[in-house]
Amino acid sequence: MPLEEKQQDRREFITDAVRTTGVVAVVGSGGFLAGRRTEGEPMVWQLDPDKCTACGNCATYCVLDVSAVKCFNAFDMCGFCDICTGYFEMDYKSLDTAAENQACPTGAILREFVEEKSGQRYYEYTIDEPLCIGCGKCVEGCALMNGSLYLQVEHDRCLDCNECAIATACPTEAFYRVPASQAEILKRRAATVLNARGKQMERVAGDDESKRREADALLARTAKQRDWREKQALEDANRRPSDG
Amino acid sequence: MVSARCSVGAIVSGWHRVRSGGQAFAAAPRSFSVLLIPFACLAFATMANAADVIPVPEFTDHEVPISMPAAGDHSGWEWLNVGLLVVALSLASYFALVNRSRRGLFLLAVASLAWFGFIRGGCICPIGATQNVTLAIFDGTYAIPWTVVAIFVLPLVYTLFFGRTFCSSVCPLGAIQEIVAVRPVRVPSWVDHTLGLVPYLYLGLAVLYAATGTAFIICRYDPFVSMFRLSGNVNMLVFGGALLVLGVFVGRPYCRYLCPYGAILGVLSKGSKWHAKIAPEKCITCHLCENSCPYGAISAPSSPPPKSERAAARRQLAQMIVLAPVLILLGLFVGRLLATPLSKLDPDVRLAERIILEDSGDVEDTTDASDAFRNTGQPKAELFASALSIQQRFKTLGMLIGGWFGFVIAVKLISLSLKRKRTDYQPDPSRCVSCARCYWYCPGEQVRLGIIGDVSELVELNVEKPTALETTP
Repeated sequence: MPLEEKQQDRREFITDAVRTTGVVAVVGSGGFLAGRRTEGEPMVWQLDPDKCTACGNCATYCVLDVSAVKCFNAFDMCGFCDICTGYFEMDYKSLDTAAENQACPTGAILREFVEEKSGQRYYEYTIDEPLCIGCGKCVEGCALMNGSLYLQVEHDRCLDCNECAIATACPTEAFYRVPASQAEILKRRAATVLNARGKQMERVAGDDESKRREADALLARTAKQRDWREKQALEDANRRPSDG
Repeated sequence: MVSARCSVGAIVSGWHRVRSGGQAFAAAPRSFSVLLIPFACLAFATMANAADVIPVPEFTDHEVPISMPAAGDHSGWEWLNVGLLVVALSLASYFALVNRSRRGLFLLAVASLAWFGFIRGGCICPIGATQNVTLAIFDGTYAIPWTVVAIFVLPLVYTLFFGRTFCSSVCPLGAIQEIVAVRPVRVPSWVDHTLGLVPYLYLGLAVLYAATGTAFIICRYDPFVSMFRLSGNVNMLVFGGALLVLGVFVGRPYCRYLCPYGAILGVLSKGSKWHAKIAPEKCITCHLCENSCPYGAISAPSSPPPKSERAAARRQLAQMIVLAPVLILLGLFVGRLLATPLSKLDPDVRLAERIILEDSGDVEDTTDASDAFRNTGQPKAELFASALSIQQRFKTLGMLIGGWFGFVIAVKLISLSLKRKRTDYQPDPSRCVSCARCYWYCPGEQVRLGIIGDVSELVELNVEKPTALETTP
């Protein structure tokens, strides 16, 4: 039947045309979007310790069995506490170094006596990372003192989910995406202290090449942090008026 | 500068002296820490001002360690995944259309489930990539990796040429359901059509929330990802498990009644260049294939209504076309009403509502979020203003989503009123996932494989011939 054949031909022509348009549109918009990737580097989730309230959601909501969030210690701010409130429970009647007095439920904080200098005892509180579950109990305790214990996402554990389960559960929106190179968000105060140490090391390094390199690495770390914060503040300032 | 150094030094050393009094601290830890707070605050403020002059303790021979999280690893996995996706899509299309091998498709499904599902944790996911692509379109500052774009686009292109072969055996979500679909029952067609609208609504919501940067709801409610990772939210594990149990009897419940990406693929598949065919050469309308499809995707032959009913059918179609704008307007109206509940996914809106409830005394306790907000000392007015502006924005977005759903229902009603002539049993291209189950049931396939001789001319199985229907008055 010529009529039917004609109809068939016409239909095929139309579907071919539509399909070609579809392919061009899909590939074209895909290419356009992929072109934008040059505008930024891959993003990863990170936790802003300045916004963190140590609520414990990191340990509960992470899709991993043991949360990708771990506790870190800015050692330069730490160590003078004979009774570390991140290490010990706050409200026990008698405090000694027994396990039941420890704030950390998994005993992940290790305490090592370093030295005593003019009556000041100095300790080093290290975190045994595999044991840490990111519950933030130590951070909660430490926050009263100087906040040197802070939670961070371990990027080699984090699955970098499209929608971070912790981010949706975080009460203060402390989770957001940062460029992959900005691996860490230090507490503002920790960054300040580390920067000070870097400067001091630079001053005393003299001819010692290795000391100088160490100082440079420290300063670069805090500078990266500062630049990121500044950029963020700028973006926030730019975004606000358009929202309102 | 010198004076700053002195004052900070004094405060810090004073602070240490107080704290080294361990006995006093142990006796009254709480009151002590309360005393310490203003003191610490003072130290905070001074430190920030005089960043460079904090005395860092020096030790005789002790190196103060430095700890920081590991750097992100963005190595070749993504490339490998895109490469494997292309290979899997090509293989699936080959098995479904050329080789016509159910076994091949099934093995590929198992392999995809193992790799994309269990090994890669369900995260090479075009379904979820929909949201990234949407966000990248609406937010210029969002950097989308090219691999995510590729993962989103590739199945679409393949679908335009070969039908939903991605669904058949590449998508791990489809694969896990394909494997459990062992005792399928036929879903009543009205249920099938009604529930089949859900993916479009879900797609609309996902696009809306992704475009506004509120949330990625497809990922949040991904039923199988926690199963693939063998960990995660218990609710989602239960939801995924329930879907799998249901999937034993109702073929692919997620793909058919939820998957938003499946909705896109379904539409594109309607115009696919080549699509899986039940009968390799000629359909003898034996209807053996009809029961083999667990997904209700096989359309039986049909003829246009007899002359006496044509006027009525035409009237029905006209009614549906007239109804379309009404449905869209109704959707806009309902969507506007839904703006408030829709906006509740935004954390600022939720927080503002919570603060209002607490202030009015309607709730006794506080939440972590409200506590944290009060601790920051931010003005409430600012939060309320931001929440209100978000709600305002959701009024427009709600209307859009309502209008979209009105449109989807209208299109469905119109397509149901269109009577097409079909002489063969054919897979409905939008619903067929090219799983190849029906092939084996087709006598034509058995002939093609040389298992039996040619049956088409020996058996006349179609009792109700279309021609017979034509002649009835």
